[in-house]
Parts: sequence; structure tokens; C-alpha cells
Amino acid sequence: MSETLLAAQNVTKQFPGVLANDDVSIRLRPGRILALLGENGAGKSTLVNILFGMYRPDSGQVVIKDETVDLHGPDDAISRGIGMVHQHFQLVPPMRVVENIVLGDEPTKRGLVDLDEARNRVVELSRRYGLEIDPDALVEDLPVGMQQRVEILKALYRNADVLILDEPTGVLTPQEADHLLGVLRELTETGLGIVFITHKLREVLAIADDIVVLRNGRVVGETTPSQTSESGLAEMMVGRSVMLQVEKSISDPGDVVLKIDELEVNDDRGQIALDGLSFEVRAGEILGVAGVEGNGQRELVEAITGLRNPSVGVMQIDGEELTSGSPRQITKKGVAHIPEDREKHGVVAVYTVAENSVLNRYHRRPFSIRGILRRDVILGHAQDVVDEFDVRTPSVSVPASSLSGGNKQKLIVGREFSDEIKLLVAAQPTRGIDIGAIEFIHRRILEQRDKGTAVLLVSAELDEILGLSDRIAVLYDGKIMDVIDARDADREKIGLLMAGITD
Amino acid sequence: MSRSILRTVAIPLVAVVLGLLIGAVLILSQNASPSTAYTALVVGGLGDADAVLRTLQKATPLIFGGLAVAFAFKAGMFNIGGQGQLLIGAVFAAGVGFGIDGLPMVVHLPLALLAGAVAGAIWGGLAGTLKATTGAHEVIVTIMLNFVAGNLTDWLSANPWKDNSGNNIVARTPLVEDSATIPTLGAVPVGFLLAVAAAATCWLVLERTTYGFEVRSVGHNRNAAQYSGIRVGWIMASTMAVAGMLAALGGAVESLGVDGRFEAGVNVGLGFEGITIALLARANPLGVIPAALLVGLMEAGASRMQFKAGVAPELIDVIQALILFFVAAPIIIRWLLRMRHDTSEQLQLGAGWGKS
Repeated sequence: MSETLLAAQNVTKQFPGVLANDDVSIRLRPGRILALLGENGAGKSTLVNILFGMYRPDSGQVVIKDETVDLHGPDDAISRGIGMVHQHFQLVPPMRVVENIVLGDEPTKRGLVDLDEARNRVVELSRRYGLEIDPDALVEDLPVGMQQRVEILKALYRNADVLILDEPTGVLTPQEADHLLGVLRELTETGLGIVFITHKLREVLAIADDIVVLRNGRVVGETTPSQTSESGLAEMMVGRSVMLQVEKSISDPGDVVLKIDELEVNDDRGQIALDGLSFEVRAGEILGVAGVEGNGQRELVEAITGLRNPSVGVMQIDGEELTSGSPRQITKKGVAHIPEDREKHGVVAVYTVAENSVLNRYHRRPFSIRGILRRDVILGHAQDVVDEFDVRTPSVSVPASSLSGGNKQKLIVGREFSDEIKLLVAAQPTRGIDIGAIEFIHRRILEQRDKGTAVLLVSAELDEILGLSDRIAVLYDGKIMDVIDARDADREKIGLLMAGITD
Repeated sequence: MSRSILRTVAIPLVAVVLGLLIGAVLILSQNASPSTAYTALVVGGLGDADAVLRTLQKATPLIFGGLAVAFAFKAGMFNIGGQGQLLIGAVFAAGVGFGIDGLPMVVHLPLALLAGAVAGAIWGGLAGTLKATTGAHEVIVTIMLNFVAGNLTDWLSANPWKDNSGNNIVARTPLVEDSATIPTLGAVPVGFLLAVAAAATCWLVLERTTYGFEVRSVGHNRNAAQYSGIRVGWIMASTMAVAGMLAALGGAVESLGVDGRFEAGVNVGLGFEGITIALLARANPLGVIPAALLVGLMEAGASRMQFKAGVAPELIDVIQALILFFVAAPIIIRWLLRMRHDTSEQLQLGAGWGKS
């Protein structure tokens, strides 16, 4: 058996203005799990894309099974036994599981696709690795965890010796994630090697044999779980010590600010996404909404902020009925919204930082008078936001697209917090941003709570929910399974509720 | 700042040079002299007061047409309805121009222009309203409305509003009253000044007002616009109404300032040239003025070029098409200039198909 399954040797890759990989070397041995850890923009994706043949390195080599190779594309990597499971699945939803698995490598009999043969192999593979699945189910009918299974089987079907998994647990419940980690461990027993990309420190410590930490395109540390801890890894990633958990005082809830009663909301396809939801959020408390993504969170946030009209039910904000209020009416009522997708809703990429800083207040004094924009006032306001919220930008006149994700997010938070607000709706407020910015935003959200703002926090990161919330509502299939006091909550309990299991 | 202006202007400028160079090769292939031809072209468009007047007259509807496309671009919509909007504006301005008499010029002329503008705003707004309420794509709707406008104006000028003087058999309206005729100041037609004022107003509205901020927000990111409380449907409908009004003003100026009446078939194709102008100006309302002047000059000088150098005037169309080609495919020019690719300079043509 070969000594090195997959390796990058002194790989350097330059993109315009960014040195994405700077003399990076990693080595994966058979039967081992290598965790690649780093913040967004640290160069993890570039590195695995080089290993998978999507990019060619400017200098340095890729080694597959002790042999230096020159990959011309993903096909090249696949034929050499490299399999990759992307963060966003590459599946054809209306096709069956078996069809998805063989797609591009179909067994044929007399020129026709031999699906029976394919089905047999898929069933055999799924038995051997404990990845049970119905080969004739349509992919679009499968839950996300099962779709991921299809992706893994797709790689195994092509006889992969190496699996590269990009943030594989982001879409799973804690129990599903644990199961996946178990499956991965079993896979390595056959000699398979796994490259595991993640930003979840807990998982790294649970599963990895070797850990490589990247920062600013360079390898800044190589370690093993026994030699380090969560805070040790975080420090390596960020380059300074960080608080993983913000301190918070006990909440002092006041009057009800947001009251939702029997709310029913449809999704884009007209299916019921929220099924008779009722809850309240009081001034000075954070209600966390936990749940696997796609269980109605998006529809809930959009209904509250006026982007989507509920079909049934009542919503009151600060005593006023605003069930089918427009976004502007709701903002006017003192509601701030940190949207889930900052590129889609949060910023206009080609607008300057200044223009984005008034995106939903340009029409009000002092930013405009009788329909005329006041540029000086807007620039001054933008500078205040940039200063107070530590947005790293060369000036307020550069386009928002030139900012990093974390700085865009701080700009959005700064904009939303620059008024007196009664209710904050924060959807995935720290998704895809660096640890330093996460810490900063968490602190600001708690500050708002302590000032008496009611906060609805929707997040797929259970750690974020557990760290910030005073009460936790678990959303499953458009219904609230239970609302529990944060002091009585633990991962196990919430994880079961997230999977729809009540006792 | 000046650097970025330079970068913005570089592509259209190089496109013009390349278009003229290839045009020169074509002239050579006809055994004619490019220098004679191009000299005649410039003299024909700028040589004397008459030539300048011709150029400015040609440029006027092009400015309005270019603005009609550029303004809609800003809200992410592609207005192909300039032709229909122009015809509607031309016929209604003429209708008020010949249909009422006894009014002083200060009342009659603005009234005639207003009639054309309002009719055009309704015509353009129709497409925008359909887009906002039903999702009907503005490209399809404006193309269809072009046919409707063509037939409607043909019918109006051949039946109820027909010129029955003498033994006229042509589908045209009577001449407009003197009090509704746009005057000329020396070599400068007042209609051209109106067009320049319209371009400046468009720029001010887009860059300095809350309405312009809303229009640009919808154009750049419809979801973020909705998030920020902008009524996206209203912006789409009103932007198309403004676009229709601008194109219609171009038609009104033709009727009241150049032709003196509306005549079916005279303005055919003029509305489509707005697309060329807007692309050449990279959808900048101020850039529309030089772009229209350039094309206006070429059209004004084409017949002299034919007369002096024996080059077919269709060559001008070929050169225009080449310039448009180089503007629309800027990668060629970037490569020539070794310019770095910068997506912020890219012009987005509408919102694309399928998305609404």
C-alpha cells in the first residue's frame, strides 16, 4: 500500500490581488482523516480545488499515491481515485438515487444504460459501508442528510481512495452529524483517506487524526487532537486568543414586543412552510430559533419582516397588528433585520459602503430632504458606522463588493443598529465570517438585548443559539416542537427536537 | 477619479477608432480613398452652419432614444419599445400641433410637447405595469407594442387625422401651426437644447434623488431593494413610463421641429437607434450626448461622403454596427489595451430571461 495517498507539496496559487495559497504542503496517509481548518478566505477551498484538479497551482506539486501528477481537470482527479463532496450538492433532484450515482459513468449493455447492474452495485456499496438508502427514491424527496449520503456513494461508486468533504456537517442535525462522523471513521478502516474541511472546532477534535490549520493562505500549524483544545485551535486560526463564548448576564424580560398567533405561511412553491406557529418575544430577551435549515426558518423571518405575506394568523409588533405590513411599515415600527443571505438581501454589491449604510433609511431625514439625497450627511453617517462597528475598508466610497464577508456583515449590523430599535430579527448573523467578527457581532447583539431590545435569533449553528439565547424554540417541519429555557437546554435534548423526536 | 473616467471612456473610444479603421479597409476595397471619404463625412456633418444644423437635428431624437433605453437599464430593464413610444409621441404632438389654433406659442408648443410626452409615458408605462403585476417580460411586451403603435399611428394619419389638403393621398397629418413649431436659434435647433436638458435631468434624478436611488437599487439588486422597503413594482412601472416619455419626446421634436407634421413611415427605425446610443454611452445619461452627436454626425455627412468619394452611404450603417460590436464585446478591446478585467464596468442587459 502506498505511503502517501494525496499530498500538496509547496503549492502556491496567486489570484489577482490575493495570494490564496503560499507554499502550502499537506499530506494524507491511508486510513487517516486529515482535518483542514481555517477561517473563510484562509485558502482551504483553493487548496482542495487544486487537489481536485479544478485549479492548477502556480508552483508546487500534487502527489497522488506516491506519484507526482499534473491534473488537467476534475475528471483527471476522479480517474485517479479522488472523490469530492461539495458543500452545495451536485445532484439532479428529479432523478432517482441510482441514476444520480452512476451519472457520467453509466454501466451499459448493448449501448443502453444497464440500471439493474448499477442498482446491484449501489445496494452492495451502501450495505458494506452502512450507508443504507433506497436506490429508487427520487433525490428531491430525500432529506438533506440522505442527499449527502448519495454524494458520498457517488464517490465510492467510482472507487475513490480519497474523499474530500467540504463543510459536510453544516446542513445536519447534531445526531446526523455524529452518525456521519461514525461512517467516515468506518470508511477509513478499509484504507480510505479523508480530507475534512470544517470550521467547527468540536468536530475536528472528535474525528481528525491530523489537523492542519491555514491562515492567510499559509499553513500556520499542524497538530493532533490529543495535543490541542478548542481554544488552542481557535487561537491558531485567528492568530490571537479569542473568546469562544461571550459572557452574558441574566435577562430581564419586559413587555411583549413580537406576538405571533397561529401563523401559517407558504413557501415559494405554495406549500405550507409554517404550520400554525405561535410564540412571543419580550423586550430584553433573546429567543433563539434552532433547527435544521429548511424547516421554515426563512419563511418565518420573511413573514416577520414583511417580505412574505402569511396566509393565516396574526402578527403584532409592539401592540400593533402588522400581519401583512410592508417591509417599510415594519422597519418604521422599529424592527431591524439582519438578513440570512447578505449578498442577496443585505447589500447592493456595486453600491458604495456609504450608499449601503443608508440602504433602508435613504428616504428619511437627515439623509434626504424632499426627495433630494444629502451626500455629505450620508458620507458622515457611513463614516460613523464604519468607525463604530469596526468595518475594515479603505474608505466609505469603495464598492461594498470589495469588503470581506465579515466586514460586509459588520456594515449591515452597523446600519441596522444605528437607529433606536424595538425588535431585532437576526437570521444566521455570523454565517461564513471569521471568528473575530463573530465575537464582535455576538457582543453587539447582547448589548442590544441589555438595552431592552427584543431579539429573535435564527441560526443553524447550535453553538450560537446555546451561547446567546435566553429561551430556545426548536423548529421542525414548520412547527415549534418545544420552547425551553436556555438554562435547561443541552445539545442532546435540542438535537432530538431538531430531528422531530419528542418523548 | 479622472482615472476611472478614463477607463470608462476608453472602451467606446477605442471601439469608434476600430470601427473607422475597418471602415477604411472596406472603402479601400471599393477602390475609393478613405481620407477623401472621411473628410467628406466630417465636412458634411460640421463644415458649415447647415451641416451643423443637420447633425444636431439628427442627434436630437437619438439623445431622447438613448435616454429611453439608458434610464430603463438603470432599473434593470431592457426597453426595446423606443420605436413605438417615439411614434406615439410624434403623432400625438402633431395632433395637438395642427388640431388647435389660436393659442400663443408659449402655450401651444409646450402643450403639444406635453401631449406627446404623456402619450409616450402611458405607452411605456403599460409595459412596466404588465411586468410589475403579471411578470410579463418587458422585452416581449415592448416589441409587441411597437407593432401596435406602428399600426395605430398609420391608421390615425390615414383616417381621422389625415391631411386632406389638395389631392394628398399620403398617410400624413396636416402641417402643425406655427405656434406649435419648434424654432431654431442660428444653427442650433431648440429641440436639441431640450434633449441636452433632458439628459442632464436624467443624470440628476438618478444620482441625486431618492427616486433615482430606488431605481438603481432595483436595477442592481431587486431582492435588496425589496428588503429595504422599496416598492419594486412601482419602480418598474414608473421607470418604463419615464423611458416611454423620453422616447416620445424624441418623436414630438421630430414632428414639431423637423418634419412639421406626422407622416407614416418617415420615422421608421429611428427608435431602435436608441439601443445603439445607450450601449455606446454605457447607459450613462450624460454619455448619451456625445454618443448621439457622433452617430448624428455620421448620418448627416453620409450623403456628402457618397457624392465626394463614391462610397455607398450604407457604409455608415456598417461602421455603426462595428462600433456596437466592439462595445458589446469589450473583451477584444481589453485585450488590445491590456486592461484588467473589472466586472464593475460591465453593463448588465436587463434582468435576463426567466427571472422576474
